[in-house]
Amino acid sequence: MNRINQTLQQDKKLLSIYFTAGYPDIDDTLPIIKDLEKSGVDFIEIGLPFSDPLADGPTIQKSSTAALKNGMTTQKLFEQVQGIRDSVRIPLIMMGYFNPILQFGVENFCKKCAETGIDGLIIPDLPVEEYHENYQQIFEKYDIRNIFLITPQTAEKRIRFIDSVSKAFIYMVSTASVTGSTSGFSRETRDYFQKVSALNLKNPQIVGFGIKDKETFGQATEYAKGAIIGSAFIKHLNENGTKNISDFIKNIR
Amino acid sequence: MSYQVNKKGYYGDFGGAYIPEMLYPNVEELRSQYLSIMQEASFQKEFKDLLRDYVGRPTPLYYAERFSKKYGTKVYLKREDLCHTGAHKVNNTVGQILMAKRLGKDRIIAETGAGQHGVATATVCALMGIKCIVYMGEIDIERQAPNVARMKMLGATVVPAKSGSKTLKDATNEAIRDWINNPVDTHYIIGSVVGPHPYPDMVARFQSVVSEEIKNQLQEKEKRENPDYVVACVGGGSNAAGAFYHYLDIPKVGIIAVEAAGKGIQSGESAATSALGKEGIIHGSKTLLMQSEDGQITEPYSISAGLDYPGVGPMHANLFRSGRGEFISITDDDAMKAGAQLAKLEGIIPAIESSHALAIFEERKFKPDEVIVVNLSGRGDKDLSTYIDYFNL
Repeated sequence: MNRINQTLQQDKKLLSIYFTAGYPDIDDTLPIIKDLEKSGVDFIEIGLPFSDPLADGPTIQKSSTAALKNGMTTQKLFEQVQGIRDSVRIPLIMMGYFNPILQFGVENFCKKCAETGIDGLIIPDLPVEEYHENYQQIFEKYDIRNIFLITPQTAEKRIRFIDSVSKAFIYMVSTASVTGSTSGFSRETRDYFQKVSALNLKNPQIVGFGIKDKETFGQATEYAKGAIIGSAFIKHLNENGTKNISDFIKNIR
Repeated sequence: MSYQVNKKGYYGDFGGAYIPEMLYPNVEELRSQYLSIMQEASFQKEFKDLLRDYVGRPTPLYYAERFSKKYGTKVYLKREDLCHTGAHKVNNTVGQILMAKRLGKDRIIAETGAGQHGVATATVCALMGIKCIVYMGEIDIERQAPNVARMKMLGATVVPAKSGSKTLKDATNEAIRDWINNPVDTHYIIGSVVGPHPYPDMVARFQSVVSEEIKNQLQEKEKRENPDYVVACVGGGSNAAGAFYHYLDIPKVGIIAVEAAGKGIQSGESAATSALGKEGIIHGSKTLLMQSEDGQITEPYSISAGLDYPGVGPMHANLFRSGRGEFISITDDDAMKAGAQLAKLEGIIPAIESSHALAIFEERKFKPDEVIVVNLSGRGDKDLSTYIDYFNL
């Protein structure tokens, strides 16, 4: 069974952490992954940096620009995670925009993921229809899970379509925004979490965007299976480098 | 086979809507309604009235006699430079502001490079009394002070794009992020035939008035609707899309797209996307774009800010790949010479973008009885400081 699906069966609220590969330094990818696992994180999202990250706010944009300047490439990232399954057991998901993956070759990318032990992908600008028509078979051939986003503006019919195509979890964007731009969840947002939960989808939901501390993690996981922290963790790296990662995680739960 | 967009939003292999889910409702709202709104009689009337009374259409189709004599062929100039605000850009912004009103939007965002599209957007927002925010790269704001002032005078807020390379592509990213953050009340007026479907098609339709007029005017002057060739410069490609539109599916009309070679195609400082680009995704569209081997989008270069875009609209990518269009690239130097020459031969100072289209006659020869229409997309006022610096005027 895919590691993501195994983890989703655990009877607890799951914490996933996003970071940009190659940031703060080009060789920080592995140490960060290992520290995160040691700190008790349940999933890790490894960001493949892109020159034009449309859906990201300033914090992740800056980390992407810096990572590219540090020399991060798709090839380099796969080299860094080569052999990672000798030491890391939790699910690893790569998050990246579609163009670099398209240039690497979608099949080649999935194959590399399977070889190195990457379990899933999040590609924000690959729409579900395009995936379903052109790429789903390739992903399934290599047992790579593709994770889709939904937002408060996503209609129920579309949520159900996304649920039918998904085979791991649904990435529930908390508010209509780019990453890193909210502070605390409104009543309205929490109602939306509850409403999606009441749809009884076959895939659990993991909330992303706007989670940064114990309070927001608690609110996000009141109805959802877990939550993802991205910008807040990048900010921690900005301020502390790769030190004290376990302190950051302890402050979440 | 048609060179128009198909039902799924593709031109051959190119187009589509590669957008984050956060943008889906906005884009889907537009996609599902743009055609029916554009076909409404009241929309058509309002659009045509504004193009006539506000923009100053139809723009003349001018037989450039001395220019024609020099090159031994018959050259007509479609005078988009005479449009209000100085370029064809306003055809699209008039159409889109009417679209935004019918969609019930009361906030407009736009991206701009040199500032021409920003000015055209600020203009129609002032006309309609709608709030306008224009994203512009921090570097472009420094380079294009007069247009920044024009936008401010027209009541728009100009927001500097500070991410990435701080130019047009980053301004476009910032506008898209704004749209993600404001999904309900905001319409995004894209300035070219780029972006996710339905933008390339919608913008092309608003610009298609250019070739519609060429047909009527040529009938009057030459007793034929169809020229032998229609020539236009291509950055994103909106003036070209307008000039080509009604000729796309008439094979006997040759289509010539002129790109900016910058300092030379192999110089590393160029914007000739057809020569240097590879298939990929930029701003929600699958098209040809300039990128690194690793799929990172690279910075183009041209002396002309309007041609300085790393991609090209999907319609043009398909014209290139299918061979329907002939693609020529022109260096900075050759474009500047062609601009200076038109000023002296015809008393018209063209935008440097349009100068690229005029420059092809040095290399590309035509027969004496052939009729060539060049879309003179904009006037050179905005480029005066570049002309001054280049020629030490």
